[in-house]
Amino acid sequence: MNAGRRDNDQPLLSVRNLAVTFQLRGQHAAKAVDDVSFDIRAGQHVGLVGESGSGKSVTSLAIMGLLPRRGVRVSGEVMFDGTNLLSKSRGEMSALRGRDISMVFQDPMTSLNPVIPIGIQVAEIIQRHFNASKSAALERTEELLARVGIPDPRRRLGEYPHQLSGGMRQRVLIAMALACEPRLLIADEPTTALDVTIQAQVLEVLKKLVADTDAALLMITHDLGIVAGLCDTVNVMYAGRVVESATRERLFAQPQHPYTGGLLESIPKLDSPRGAPLRPIPGSPTQVLPWSEGCAFAPRCGNRTEECTARTPDLDPAGDRHLRCFNPLSRTAAEARR
Amino acid sequence: MSINLPPISDVPAAETAVMPGEGPGGGLWRGAWRRLRRNPTAIMGAAIIAFFVLVAVFAPLLAPYEPGSAQWSGDVTPTTVPGPDDDHLLGLDRFGSDLYTQLLFGARQSLVYGVVSTAIGLSVGALLGVLAGGLGGWVDTAVMRAVDIMLSVPSLLLAVSIAAVLGQNAYSIMIAIGAAQVPIFARLLRGSMLAQGRTDYVLAANALGIRRRRIVMGHMLPNAIGPTIVQATLNLATAIIEVAALSFLGLGSSDPAVAEWGRMLVAAQDRFEAAPRLALLPGTAIAVTALGFTLFGEALREALDPRNRR
Ligand SMILES: Nc1ncnc2c1ncn2[C@@H]1O[C@H](COP(=O)(O)OP(=O)(O)OP(=O)(O)O)[C@@H](O)[C@H]1O
Ligand SMILES: [Mg+2]
Repeated sequence: MNAGRRDNDQPLLSVRNLAVTFQLRGQHAAKAVDDVSFDIRAGQHVGLVGESGSGKSVTSLAIMGLLPRRGVRVSGEVMFDGTNLLSKSRGEMSALRGRDISMVFQDPMTSLNPVIPIGIQVAEIIQRHFNASKSAALERTEELLARVGIPDPRRRLGEYPHQLSGGMRQRVLIAMALACEPRLLIADEPTTALDVTIQAQVLEVLKKLVADTDAALLMITHDLGIVAGLCDTVNVMYAGRVVESATRERLFAQPQHPYTGGLLESIPKLDSPRGAPLRPIPGSPTQVLPWSEGCAFAPRCGNRTEECTARTPDLDPAGDRHLRCFNPLSRTAAEARR
Repeated sequence: MSINLPPISDVPAAETAVMPGEGPGGGLWRGAWRRLRRNPTAIMGAAIIAFFVLVAVFAPLLAPYEPGSAQWSGDVTPTTVPGPDDDHLLGLDRFGSDLYTQLLFGARQSLVYGVVSTAIGLSVGALLGVLAGGLGGWVDTAVMRAVDIMLSVPSLLLAVSIAAVLGQNAYSIMIAIGAAQVPIFARLLRGSMLAQGRTDYVLAANALGIRRRRIVMGHMLPNAIGPTIVQATLNLATAIIEVAALSFLGLGSSDPAVAEWGRMLVAAQDRFEAAPRLALLPGTAIAVTALGFTLFGEALREALDPRNRR
C-alpha cells in the first residue's frame, strides 16, 4: 500500500516548533511542550527519550490530534506527507488515524475495552478503514493475531481482555495499531508496564511487525537500552524541548549535551564493578516555564557557565547532530585536555 | 503491501469462522445472557417478575369475581370491613369489593404503570444522557440546561400540567411519571459517559480512527449503562407508588374502587386499625415486585460486565 511512494527528499513526518500549552479555567497556563522539532523519514526508526514529565506523551498526542480541544493551545507545524496535520478537520484526522498513523499506548491493562471481545476490537479497525465485511475483517484479524504470536488465534477472537495476560494484551494492541499497515507507528513506552522477560518478547514482536510493514516508528521511552537496540536516530527531550538529536551511533559514542551524558551515565553498565554507585542526574525537572530565562537544564548542569543563565540556547546544527547547548561535553573534554 | 496477508478484497468470506457475536456489541449481550442464566440472584428476580406477570395476564381466569364491582358495599360499615370467609378468600376491601380479586387485577394495573412509565423515563433520559455525555461541548450544555429546568419544576406540578394537557387517563399518568424520571436517568448516564470519555481505551479507540458514533454507542455506552439499569429497577417500585399519589389527586381514573396496588394502599389508610390486611397485602405486593426487579437489575448490571465470570 505504501511501497513505491517513498520520497527520500521529504521526510514522512516533520515536526516544527511544536508547542502545547494547557490553559485550564482559573489556573495558570502550563506549557507542557515548548519547542519541539524533529523529522522522521519513511521506514525510519526514531527514538524520543527524556525523563518523566518532559512532554513526550503530549508531543505524541499533539501529532495525533488527540489532545482535547478545550483548554489546550497547540502551535507550530506537524507536516505529514506534505500536509499540516494541525490544520486538518476532526473527520479528516479520524480517517487518517489507524490507517496512516497509529499509536500503541503504555498500559495494556487499560487500553483495551473490557466489554468488547478482542477479535471485534481489532476487526472494527479494519472494517473502518478498508470498508471490509465483518467476516473478511475477522479472517484478517485471526492472521494478525497469529503474526503477533498469539497462540490459537481463532479461539482468542471471542475472548475478552481480562482473559489475556498483560503481554498478550500488548500484542493485541500492536496488532490493532498495525492492522491497516500505517506508514507511521508511534509507540509510547509500549513495554514499560510489562515484566522484564515479557518486555523483550513484546519488543521483538513490535520490531518484526514494523519491519514487515515498512512502517516508520517513533519510539517514546526512557529506556536507553530500547533505543540502542531499535532506533536509527534519537531525539533527547528536556522540559518540553529537544536538546540533542543525533544518530544512535553518534549519540551513544559521544553524547554532547550534559543531560544526554547524564542519561547515559545513569544506566548501570555490565562492566562496571559490582556495588559501584549509579550516577543519577542531580535535582529534578523544574516546573515554571523553565526556558524563559536561560537553559532549563542549567540548575542541574555540571558544565554551567554564566552564559547558560543569561541566554536561552537554540537547537543548532553542530557537526554530526543538532544540539541545544552552549557548553557541550566534548568541548569541556577538549578544554580539560588542554 | 508487505505483510504477507492477502489483500482485504481477496479474503474469502469465512463461512466456518467462529463469530464472536452478531453485531457490534452482540457479543456483549450474548455473554451477558449466558452469565445471567447462571446467576441465582437473576433467577430469583426473574421468577418473582414472571410470577407477577403471569398473575397479571391471567387475572380474569384466576379471580373469582369482577374487579372494582363494590357489590358487597352494604356489608362494609364505618368501623368494620368483613374479613376472610368462605366466599371471600381475603375478605372485602373498604369499598365492598373482593380483596383477592382486587389484588390480582391490581398486578395488571401496577405492573403496566410501573414498567411503562419507567420505560418512558429511561428511554428519554438515557437518550439525553448519551447525547450530553457522549458528544460533550454545546450539546452537553444545552441538554443539561433543559434537564435542570425540568428538575426545577416539582414533579407533581409537572404531572398535573401533563394531565391537564393530555386529559385525565392512564396515558397521561404514565407519561407524567415517566417525565419526572427523565432528569434522574439523564444525569446519571451523562456522568458515567463523561467518566468513560476519560478512559485509556476510549483514547486508544480514537487513536485508531474508530468513528465517534461507534465509540459512543459501542465503547462508552456498554461500560456506562450499568448504574442506570440498576436505577431503573429501583425507580420501578417508586413509580408504582407514585401512581397512587397521582390517582389520590384525582389524575388517574376517577373511580376510587379501581384495582391498583398503590391506590389500594392509600385507600387503606383510614381503616388501618380495623383491617390492617387492607394495607399490608398491597404493600407486600409492591415490595415483592420491587424486590424482584431490583434483584434482576443488580444481576443484569453484573452480567453486563464480562469481568464478572460466573
Ligand atoms: N491534560 C493535561 N492538563 C494539564 N497538564 C498536563 C496534561 N497532560 C500533561 N500535562 C503536563 O504536561 C507535562 C508533560 O507530560 P507528558 O505526559 O508529556 O510527560 P512524559 O514525558 O510523557 O512523561 P512520562 O515519561 O511520565 O510518560 C507534565 O508536566 C504534565 O503535568
Ligand atoms: Mg508519557
